[in-house]
Amino acid sequence: MTMQACVQQPLAEQAPVLVIDDLRIEFPAYKSTVKALNGVSLHVNPGEIVGVIGESGSGKSVTAMLSLRLLPERSYQVKSGSLSILGRDMLTAKEKDLLSVRGRDAAMIFQEPMTALNPTRRIGRQMLDVIIHHQRLSKAEAKAKAIALLRDMHIADPEQVMNSYPFELSGGMRQRVMIALAFSCDPQLLIADEPTTALDVTVQRQVLLLLREKARARGTAILLITHDMALVSQFCDRVYVMYTGAVVEQGVTAQVMADPRHPYTRGLLSGLPEQVEPGQDLMTIPGQVPNLSALPEGCTFLDRCAFATAQCLQRPPMQTIDAAADRKSACWLSAPSHATAKESRP
Amino acid sequence: MTRSALQTLPGESPTILGLQDVRVHYPMGKDWLGRPKALAHALNGIDLQVRAGETLGVVGESGCGKSTLAQLLMGLIEPTSGRLDWVYNSDKERSSNVQIVFQDPQSSLDPRLPVWKIITEPLFVQRSAPHHEMRGIAAKVAAQVGIRTEYLDRFPHQFSGGQRQRIAIARALSSNPDIIVLDEPTSALDISVQAQILNLLAELQRSRDLTYILISHNVSVVRHMADRVAVMYLGQIVELGTAAEVLERPRHPYTQLLLEAVPRLGVSVDDGQVSAPTELPGNRTLPIGCYFRDRCPKATQGCEKPQALLPAKDGGASVRCHLES
Repeated sequence: MTMQACVQQPLAEQAPVLVIDDLRIEFPAYKSTVKALNGVSLHVNPGEIVGVIGESGSGKSVTAMLSLRLLPERSYQVKSGSLSILGRDMLTAKEKDLLSVRGRDAAMIFQEPMTALNPTRRIGRQMLDVIIHHQRLSKAEAKAKAIALLRDMHIADPEQVMNSYPFELSGGMRQRVMIALAFSCDPQLLIADEPTTALDVTVQRQVLLLLREKARARGTAILLITHDMALVSQFCDRVYVMYTGAVVEQGVTAQVMADPRHPYTRGLLSGLPEQVEPGQDLMTIPGQVPNLSALPEGCTFLDRCAFATAQCLQRPPMQTIDAAADRKSACWLSAPSHATAKESRP
Repeated sequence: MTRSALQTLPGESPTILGLQDVRVHYPMGKDWLGRPKALAHALNGIDLQVRAGETLGVVGESGCGKSTLAQLLMGLIEPTSGRLDWVYNSDKERSSNVQIVFQDPQSSLDPRLPVWKIITEPLFVQRSAPHHEMRGIAAKVAAQVGIRTEYLDRFPHQFSGGQRQRIAIARALSSNPDIIVLDEPTSALDISVQAQILNLLAELQRSRDLTYILISHNVSVVRHMADRVAVMYLGQIVELGTAAEVLERPRHPYTQLLLEAVPRLGVSVDDGQVSAPTELPGNRTLPIGCYFRDRCPKATQGCEKPQALLPAKDGGASVRCHLES
């Protein structure tokens, strides 16, 4: 099967499943516009797990929601750029076409499974609805498939789970049901928006292992949105770091974690409690995230950056650091010509 | 008030709070006579001493009784059995000396009060004082946590998440407490803000000689802040010792399991253990013997007996496991 090949070569030259190119969107607000995305470019290849990391307000969830066009229509304006899933332009697609993409080609897992599942219907009913809608199976076949899906998620007693309501299940169980549901139509892309933020660490690890196991077996590409650096370093092949609605650094996870080039990524990593001896002060990024409706002209990180120069009054484009590994950073100082200048700084 | 749970060993800071075999049960559902049909066993025998000036970290999964412990310490619930001894002589004295910072500053601050009223709420409840005096106190505390005095008349919605948590900390400080219970103080915050708040808490502890009880499921935060750590499982403490001992050399199988599951930078995870049971057993009917037996990879003979929290064989931490103590 071709799936196997792409598992072994996550960076292979294949048509990417999800391509976002220089996407800019705005939300009109009272007397102003909130510039939520300011030129996001990213792609996800088949069989890859790609992390998107950023703080609240960095645009990571908006990117995820917009990928499946789940944001309320007319609440936002696309200023430029394109977004396509499996070569299909999602920004201009009709609602009717979107229905066949959502759930079948691309599925989504949300942060809080309790609000994503319908509280008034049993798990089995909800699963069968999705399966029958997309796959034209008989009820008995669909039921057998649902049981197999739940069993794949290492749920010991699928029949009993299918007979339960969401509130009767624990958080970890609910999230496993969500993953089973997301995989029910063999999607080629799975967007997971903070899938484990509401869970305990032991359950989080298990849910992510299940997700990875399943994705590897089917060659599904995963876009994992999170704010946990450690999680990204453990589960993602590549990572995009977002700040104020734009990607500021991207590359293979191990490289980004070991040698962050953008001052913001460095700030995020050194702010983790595990980076210093217990009891010592943590490194912090001074200042606050700028207001998205009044972004500065130059680099959006300028006010908080210890390395800022006069050049930073111009907004830096993505600078390629290592073209082969697709390693880029949106900082003037990360360009190869500045490598020596960077070394001499503290 | 008797203070038998408050013995202090020589050479240590005085114990200011002692819990002795504290149990909390909640009645679940009622039959037609109003009798409870079942009991939820939230805390099942907690023995704990808190020393002045230390940071005691409490870690555990959701459902292990961390928040019940916080409510108990705040005096919001009474223990069903067991003893809770304070150095304070009256409830009034206790309530001004023990304060809490909640997890979510969005919902724990009254949206209709200006900041200075929020900060002085604990004082307002305890005694009446003229407005200008209250405002003066609020200004002083706000300056300490990094809220500018011009902002005292603003409302919570005008602040960012990190600033709101600073306001919540200011509120806890206004009655000049000895003990602050921190119930997941940073789990609703971003990484860069979390670092700021943790630094602020550490600095306040140094300058005001505070005792922290830090309840969190984030092990790296607890490792960073705590002097001693208590690991809870199903309403019991399964391991108690200094942070270095418990978190670097965990002895109880549950602590080992918990620490292993914490994501770490640059450490890859293998595919094993996908089907290991991760569900807490229900707390309606308690397991017989060791509570952790069903999930324990090392379960052998002797685990069917109830376990006691005893000092470990090689000294240091106390462990509730017969293989280690």
